[in-house]
This record gives sequence, structure tokens and C-alpha cells, in this order.
Amino acid sequence: MMDTIADPVREGVARGWRVIDASTLTGDLTLEADVVIVGTGAGGGTAAEILAEAGLSVVLVEEGPLKSSSDFRMRESDAYPELYQESGARRTRDKAISILQGRCVGGGTTVNWTSSFRTPDATLAYWQRALGLAGFTPADLAPWFARMEARLSIAPWDVAPNANNAALARGATRIGISSGTIRRNVKGCWNLGYCGMGCPTNAKQSMLVTTIPGALARGATLVTHARAAAFTWHGDRVEALECLAMDARGTRPTSRRVAIRARAYVAAAGAIGTPALLLRSRVPDPHGVVGRRTFLHPTLVSAALMPERIEGYSGAPQTVYSDHYLDSLPLDGPMGFKLEAPPIHPMLTAITLPNHGDTHARRMRELPHLQVVLAILRDGFHADSPGGTVTLAGDGTPVLDYPLSPYLWEGARRAFAAMAEIQFAAGAKSVFPVHGDGVEFTSAAAARAAIENFDLRPLATPIVSAHVMGGAPLGADPRHAACDPQGRFHHLANLHVMDGSLFPTSIGANPQLSIYGIVAKLASGLAATLRG
Amino acid sequence: MILSRRTFIFVGAAGAAALVAARLLPRTTPPSGALDAAGTAVMAAIAPVLLAGALPADPKLRGEALRETLVAIEGAVAGLAPRAQGELNDLFSLLALAPARWSLARTTASWQDASRDDVERFLDRLRDSRIGLLRAAYDALHQLVMAAWYGNPRAWPAIGYSGPPDLGARERTS
Repeated sequence: MMDTIADPVREGVARGWRVIDASTLTGDLTLEADVVIVGTGAGGGTAAEILAEAGLSVVLVEEGPLKSSSDFRMRESDAYPELYQESGARRTRDKAISILQGRCVGGGTTVNWTSSFRTPDATLAYWQRALGLAGFTPADLAPWFARMEARLSIAPWDVAPNANNAALARGATRIGISSGTIRRNVKGCWNLGYCGMGCPTNAKQSMLVTTIPGALARGATLVTHARAAAFTWHGDRVEALECLAMDARGTRPTSRRVAIRARAYVAAAGAIGTPALLLRSRVPDPHGVVGRRTFLHPTLVSAALMPERIEGYSGAPQTVYSDHYLDSLPLDGPMGFKLEAPPIHPMLTAITLPNHGDTHARRMRELPHLQVVLAILRDGFHADSPGGTVTLAGDGTPVLDYPLSPYLWEGARRAFAAMAEIQFAAGAKSVFPVHGDGVEFTSAAAARAAIENFDLRPLATPIVSAHVMGGAPLGADPRHAACDPQGRFHHLANLHVMDGSLFPTSIGANPQLSIYGIVAKLASGLAATLRG
Repeated sequence: MILSRRTFIFVGAAGAAALVAARLLPRTTPPSGALDAAGTAVMAAIAPVLLAGALPADPKLRGEALRETLVAIEGAVAGLAPRAQGELNDLFSLLALAPARWSLARTTASWQDASRDDVERFLDRLRDSRIGLLRAAYDALHQLVMAAWYGNPRAWPAIGYSGPPDLGARERTS
């Protein structure tokens, strides 16, 4: 019965959208356009539609495959290798942080959990006050957020939360802290719970089913399975983008090349991919800012056993949040954190739960009763939170070094304590912070005492990230910023960055709407310049 | 430890790790990407221990489950970036050396002949090591095995997961 659900992407391709799968090329390819955009995620997708609507010819370059609703079978074993960077196994240099990033047409928006927040006022105020960034106040950005909220059907989610999210709300209320309902970019959502594996019903208004079809319908060209190797540049101008065709699995280059010449070049490959592309291109970087200050929202996980069935694999995965531990601390004080809930599917749960053998197997058998809370640390606002650095490995692929400081671990300790307190208040029989060999607690007092003495350290305390930001930050001063406030690279006149790399700190909330709004503003500026 | 700290300079892998020292060793197979013989031996030895309590009790079903787990691991490794594949294969090359097995599991038995106790000791030492890169190696092995088994629908009945919903049925009832 899957065929009763329309697949707008396959239909568009059948109607004649210009889509080139570089893995099938039998010769080298040269393309020309007004603008070439590297990456098809929140930044690239948003920019593509705005530039194409302005009447400009656009080429989109994507390293991953074009997959759409007919391909999305809600199987983790398919989704992670097909749709995620490095099969979902990307990690920081020392392997201490796992990074979930999309790698497919639509990028992270194809696999994210739909959480939509405008950039917090406090974050924008910090950018203005501490970093001198003008033009990005809440009032400046409000029309751009409103535009993208309308485009992507971002609206309050009025359906009751699933039991996993409901437990977070209940626990928060019982300990007397505020929580709220997350707005989502969905239209006619079936409340299935499989957003992270690609939406099988096209309810999620990802780039895959909105802006990219919008751009393709206006004549844009999409090249998939093409890795942007480097920009070639001379003087202050980029002259071409050189790409390597990848094999169908997307792991190794074939011998085919794609060269694209354009008037303007947009890097939107995500906050690891964009800095890596700039570094491979050896762009002028006199102050060494490219790839620096990369932020992750390092995330801690706390699991609990509830007496009732939770079935965290079912229902919209992320619908409740609490900002209490962000709002109750000064932005540049001790590390604050946002609380949210994740989907609880077998594979992701099994690799996240510590230990092995009978302990692990027993917990997996309790999957339907498992309740999980996430604490998303807000990094980048304090001298002891400088973020990480993207460099290149010998084969030119990116490596992110993200040192874990005592400042961060102090935040992690408070986060574990807060999550355990909330989970017990919500009725948990036991709580096991995901740390060490996974010892569990049956009372809030025992958990609190033990967490106080946890030996928190890399690779004993798993940290995950689904939000990579920074590395090519906005700012008027080239000593600290890679891009000017219009998103143009400071040292090359026709090179622009339009993705989460632009953020000078982390966002302090799930970043997709921040990327949409800010890129909509910058892409509209670029469109006006190129038309003028 | 018999191997010196200098030898234990680790680089990483697929959620993983490996020894730089192993890069200096002749490879048993060319770095083609998928799991090599050394890797297959390691994974075949550790999978039943990591998954103790999770696999079916029936010997026939258990054998099939383990075979499918190894096939899925091979597929996962083949899908990794070449650099991560190389790092994993370096780890497997190192673990093929008797001194490394002695250092980590107090046994010189080959992986094929290692006892369950040997493998448990090996995994516990990695998991609890003070050396971050040994813990990274544990993480990599844990992730490969757990993902391979729990991504398999055979694993789901025992954990109460009924699998993805049937969209056709869902559509008719909604």
C-alpha cells in the first residue's frame, strides 16, 4: 500500500527535472550557471529556491544520494548508511563525540526530528553585544523567520505528545520547572515516529519536498553523488568548483570529474563540510579563522525505566522541551542546557546503551518501557568553551578535534543530575545515566549522590551531537570572522557561505530554523546583487 | 603491558580506533575496504560475547543470527569512509598479533580458539581501560555488533519491538 502515497520527487524527476547522478557518469562533465551551491541541506536548499525564484540559473551539488518517500522504509539498517555522513558513525578526532549529520538530498532536514525554534533572543543579543554583529537582531530576522515558517508549514504541534515526551513534561512540572511544546515543520503528519529515517509520507516539510523541488521546477540542476573537492580561484575571485564523482555507495570517488563555472559560489556543506571545502581550496585565510570555533551542542543521554509502556519508537519523536537550565543561568556563565527527548529505536538505543552481555540484553528487552531524556549543552559563549577545530586528514577528508574541558564536564554533571531528578519525578522505577558501564539507580537521592562523584571523561561518558555549527563565522572584522554580514567570504568576492557554519556561537536550540531564516536573508541579498 | 606505551599510539576509526603501529605491519589483505580475515576472526569471536543474553537460545537460530550479524557488520564496514575502514583494519591487524592478545586478554590463543573467558577479559579490559583509545576501540566493536544485531528484524520480538508500522493498514484505519 506504500504506492498509495504520492512521491513528489520521483514524479518531478519523471516530469523532467534536471537531475544528474554523478555515480553513473561515463565521462567528465562541465556545467555553467549563475550560482553553484554546494550542499542541499537547510542552507543550500533554502538558498536554491530563493536564487532560482529570482530567475538565476542554479546548480546544486550533493555528495549523497537522491532518496525520497518511496525509498524510506523506516528501517534503521537502511537509513543510517544511506542518509547519514559516514553511515551515522562520524566522530570527533578522539572518538569521544558521535556526530549525526545527514548526507543525502535535503541533508539534515531529510533526517532531522522536525524541531523548529527561532534563534533565541539571548543568542542574537550576544552576537550583537559581544561580537559586534549588526543586522541580526530579533527584529531584523523576524520577517525572514516568518517567511520560512510559512514556506515550511512550521506551526505548533497540537497533537498529544507521545509517552516519552509526555514523561519529560510531567517530570518538569513536578519539580517545578517550565516546559513547552516544540513547533514542527510538518503538514498532515501521521505521528509515526520515523522522522530520523526519512519521512515516508512526505509530511515533514524538509528541503527534499519543498525548496529543492521549488528550485528544480524553475530549471535548477541537481548533481548527486558528487563531492565538492575544491574551488579554484585567482586573485579575489573563484573561477570554478571541481567535484569528484562518487561511487553509488558514496564512499569512494570514481575517476570521473565534474567542473562547474558560475558567477557566484555558495558553500552550504554543513559546518564540517564547508570549512573542509574551504581548507581544501586553500582559500586566503590570513587570520586562521576557517574551521575554528566549531560547535556541537554536546548532548548527554539519560535513560529510565517507567512502569508504564512508553514505546518511544512510536509517535512524533521530539515535541517537548525545557529551557529552564538555559534561562536560569547567564549566557556566559556556567554551561546551560536544553532538555528534549529523542526517538527510541532499537539500533540507536543498542549502540547508545553502555556495556554488553546480559546487562545490555536485559535493558534492550525493556525497550517498550524505556524513557530517554537528552541534555543539549549550549557551547561557545564562554572563554572555556572555544569549540572545536576542523582540519584535513591526509586524504582530504575533514577531522573535527573537539577538546572536552572541565567547564563542559561541569555542565554535563548538572545535566545528568537534572535529568535523573525529572525522570524520577515522572515516575521512573530506575534511572541509568548513559555513562561508564551504565550503573542504575532506584532513587533520586542515590542518583544525585553518585552523579556528584561520576568520573566524567572522554569515551567513558558518551556524548552525541546532531547540531554542528560554526567554522566560517559571520562578522564585520576579518580578524575574527570568515564571512562578512552579507555572508560573503571576506577574502574572495564571489564566494558565499550559507549554512550553519556562519554561526559565531552555538544557537542554544535546534538550529534548522536559524539556518533557514538567516540563509533566506543572505540569499535574498545575493539574488538582488546578481540581478542588479 | 608487554607492548610499550609508545606502541599504543592510537588513531581512530568508525566510531573506532586502531594502532599506528599496525600501519607498519604487512597487511594480510590489501586495504580493499570490507572486513579482512583478521577482522572477521575478531568479530566472530566477540559478537557472541557482546550479544550474550540477546541471541536466540536454539542452536540453529543462534547460528543463523550470528552469521547474519557478521554479514551486516561486513556491510557496515564497507559503507564506512575509506579512512575509517583503514583504521578499523589496522585495529584488526594488531589484534591478530599474539603479543596484543596477551596484553589485552592474557591469552595467546588465536581468535578462533579464544575461550569465552578470554574474550570477556579482553572486552572488559578495553571497556574499563584508562587509555581513551582502548575505550574507543571497545566503542567501535560494541557499535558494529550492536547495530548489526538490533538492526535485524530477528532481534525485535525479544525486545518487544513490533517493527515499523504498516502504512497501508494505518491509512485505512485513520
